[in-house]
Amino acid sequence: MQTIQDKIGHFPRQLEDESIYILREVAAQFERPALLFSGGKDSITLVRLAQKAFFPGKIPFPLVHIDTGHNFPETIEFRDWLAKETGAELIVRYVQDSINQGKATEESGKYASRNVLQTVTLLDTIEEFKFDACIGGARRDEEKARAKERIFSVRDDFGQWDAKRQRPELFDMLNGRIAVGENVRVFPISNWTELDVWNYIKEEKMEIPSIYYSHQRQVIERDGMLWADSEYLNKEADEIPFEATVRFRTVGDMTCTAAVASDATDIDVIIEEILSAEISERGARIDDKRSEAAMEKRKQQGYF
Amino acid sequence: MDILRIATAGSVDDGKSTLIGRLLYETNSITKDKIEALESASKRKGLDFLDLSLLTDGLIAEREQGITIDVANIYFSTPTRKYIIADTPGHVEYTRNMVTGASNAKVSLILVDARQGVVEQTARHLSIAAMLRIPKVIICVNKMDLVQYQESTFNAIKDSLAELVSQITFEGQEISFLPISSLYGQNITQKTSEMPWFKGNTLLGELEAFEYASTLAHAPARFPVQFVVRPMTEAYHDFRGYAGKISSGTFKVGNAIRVLPTGQESTIATIEKFETKLDQAIAGDSVTITLTTDVDISRGNTLVLASENNAPALKDFSAQVCWLDHTALSPGKTYLLQHGINTTKAKISQITERLDVATQTSTQGVDTLKLNEIGTIALRTAQPISADQYAANPANGAFILIDEFSNSTVGVGFVK
Repeated sequence: MQTIQDKIGHFPRQLEDESIYILREVAAQFERPALLFSGGKDSITLVRLAQKAFFPGKIPFPLVHIDTGHNFPETIEFRDWLAKETGAELIVRYVQDSINQGKATEESGKYASRNVLQTVTLLDTIEEFKFDACIGGARRDEEKARAKERIFSVRDDFGQWDAKRQRPELFDMLNGRIAVGENVRVFPISNWTELDVWNYIKEEKMEIPSIYYSHQRQVIERDGMLWADSEYLNKEADEIPFEATVRFRTVGDMTCTAAVASDATDIDVIIEEILSAEISERGARIDDKRSEAAMEKRKQQGYF
Repeated sequence: MDILRIATAGSVDDGKSTLIGRLLYETNSITKDKIEALESASKRKGLDFLDLSLLTDGLIAEREQGITIDVANIYFSTPTRKYIIADTPGHVEYTRNMVTGASNAKVSLILVDARQGVVEQTARHLSIAAMLRIPKVIICVNKMDLVQYQESTFNAIKDSLAELVSQITFEGQEISFLPISSLYGQNITQKTSEMPWFKGNTLLGELEAFEYASTLAHAPARFPVQFVVRPMTEAYHDFRGYAGKISSGTFKVGNAIRVLPTGQESTIATIEKFETKLDQAIAGDSVTITLTTDVDISRGNTLVLASENNAPALKDFSAQVCWLDHTALSPGKTYLLQHGINTTKAKISQITERLDVATQTSTQGVDTLKLNEIGTIALRTAQPISADQYAANPANGAFILIDEFSNSTVGVGFVK
């Protein structure tokens, strides 16, 4: 039988070397950098890379979590465990506080989430701690809007990105010079794909929040997707929760992250699912036995 | 598994997008629904080909607003290699983007339309690939289906480039020609029976077989110190490690090293990668090096092998530059020069010549270099930089120029 490595090869270690180089540049070029930690697999990967970059020293910048209050409890639990495990400083700021202060207003309707609101809290946090560089786990393959994002992305004091002011990045030289009030968003895993991240997690035997693996959960069906039922989700009368075997492909807020039906209990099966989700789209190669993978693909299409 | 970076450039109608689409599709790197979305989006724009640049929304927004169109990154992989294509659409800011996109590339893909033959852009591509010392150039003669797959057409194109190729290529650069049809997927990942006269490899075959890592590992050893690791914890009380990414060459435990620019000498005690201790590390490796003796080393110093008596220290030198900014280069002005991770002030004393890359002719007596222009300058830095000649060691021979006031990256230079 073909192993995962036969199909996708070993993790390209050069990616790790390049990301570590970027993290070391951040620590050296900026006075107050921070790592924006969401609890998702990409930011967990960043923490791992930061651990390696400065070993045997500690990670020389804090992990900053903007807690929307709508996170999965498993994510919060994992966040606290990881901070303890790595000895990194953890700073948590709450969207609820921004709402209480009247700086942000809760959305209404069935699609209400705090996804947009967290920007307010983030900008306040940047100002509070005078962070000049914020490290994030965005990847160019992940979202079309991010495909052209620089590794060092300069923002004005409103956190805004100005395409016209983006600096050309040549060779591996990173220009982090900024004016007072500006800050830089840094994306060390820009060139990783979703599969690269999973392959790295596998080879590094990294811990990830349990909700990435298959589990039983109360969900509702909406727009052809499975949504985790919670007190934060505004349900309509006909949206009756039922139990399903699911996992999460990405982890964000409970109100804006859809689950996929899946039996994947280990990382090899997760990688298989991602591969199959693509192959099943290639007409001739539909694997009928993998109904759960085909299902995942449907969710995906709805999701995007 | 390693990574191979490829640079492509050119306008949307030369079949480049279809070629990249083919590569993605035939290596299972793009889902069919994405291809279909691209097809319908391309049709909506009135195009009869797959406009792969539509893969990035950002690009569309930029195009609509008529602002900078620059480098898009496209990913695909095989079980042996991960490929990153830096694709630069050929528009107004063409040279700047081509140079930026190609700066990390080890392979340059140049497309020639079999019906049109060699055009000015072909020469421009080839020249920039040579200037950047890209070790492999693959010239794909595309749309062979539209010239009845004639060997004579292919050979005529090859012949018409022969003179330019012999004029500009450098020793060790591989240049190959491939007859392809990206529309029908011929000689991309699969051989075709339509061109039995062509005995060479497919495009993917060439990419999979190309080896470049060993040349980097055999270049002069250069290790710029990025960060000094001093944990000062109980377990690592006296630990002092120098963290960085090896630019070129090979470092081994026990090697005698010299520190630039101070000239101090020591010996490598350990080479560490997280919890693993290595016997040696090569170009591209991010490692932490410890030494047997206490020496004063800080960020910006470069470790070299004491046995390699070629340690560079440049203060007054000349360089080829490509200007990247709307504000032209002005001689006499002070810029910041960043070489690798090191920054120092630099004054450009004069522009000795401007080069027309398409025709390879140069003009003397110019007093400015504008956006997209390439020229040779003389400059002087405040502190010496540990750079090699770009031609001798590309990994340690390039620098960027930064405007002191706008903080923008305004130029890229190659030490002569």
